Amino acid sequence: MDDAELARALRALPPAPEAWVQAAVELPRARRELDAVLARLDADAAFRAAATADLERALRAAGFGAGERQLDAVRAHLR
Amino acid sequence: MTDAELVAACRTGDEDAWAQLVRRHARYVSAILRGGYRLGDADAEEVFQEVYERAYTRLESLRDPAALRPWLAQLARRAAVDRLRRNAREDVSDEVADRADAAAAAELERLELALTVRAALAELPEHCREIVDRFFACDESYHVIGAALGIPAGTIASRISRCLAKLRAQLGGRNSAAAGVG
Repeated sequence: MDDAELARALRALPPAPEAWVQAAVELPRARRELDAVLARLDADAAFRAAATADLERALRAAGFGAGERQLDAVRAHLR
Repeated sequence: MTDAELVAACRTGDEDAWAQLVRRHARYVSAILRGGYRLGDADAEEVFQEVYERAYTRLESLRDPAALRPWLAQLARRAAVDRLRRNAREDVSDEVADRADAAAAAELERLELALTVRAALAELPEHCREIVDRFFACDESYHVIGAALGIPAGTIASRISRCLAKLRAQLGGRNSAAAGVG
């Protein structure tokens, strides 16, 4: 391979954005948190009512820091 | 750890192994989505997470743990096509998906070559790995590289040139070994 071909090959794999990578790395923890939220929604009627009324507020009050994807999963569970 | 060992460790719930798995293949997955399927940043970010979510939940179904990378590539391709279909008008979504797949095929071949080059780069001394990666993959200027590595910017070009020569030699050695020569 000449230098130009090497350069093309080396440029083809830039680093993935670190924020993306970190979010994927934290996936197991995020799923555990989500499972805990869903279990509490099923077991705690008051929490479920609060989450139905204002999901983000209810989660914040309960100490859950949910990202958008987790919020979507919780909304789907509430339907 | 090999990919097979990483998969085995992940299957026991080892989160450090999961982190390694993510980081090891992040460039490749990202390149498939952005370079292969030309997803914009917002879509690429979401699909990147989808790929790893699918990998995490379906890891038990991977029959050959040594084939982790092509399996991730398949997950990435499917997720990218799903996203393109969703973004397209319903009446042309199949056409859009087929065109994207065809366009991505050539890029995916180039990525295989790129992976070979990166594997050879990984066997070079760290100073070469660092400077070559920063200049080509990270697109950093001589000035930025010099400041980061504490070396004069005026020497960067010649250092890169020497490292590329080593990289070519490393690739040539790999090719010889593969051909059973020397």
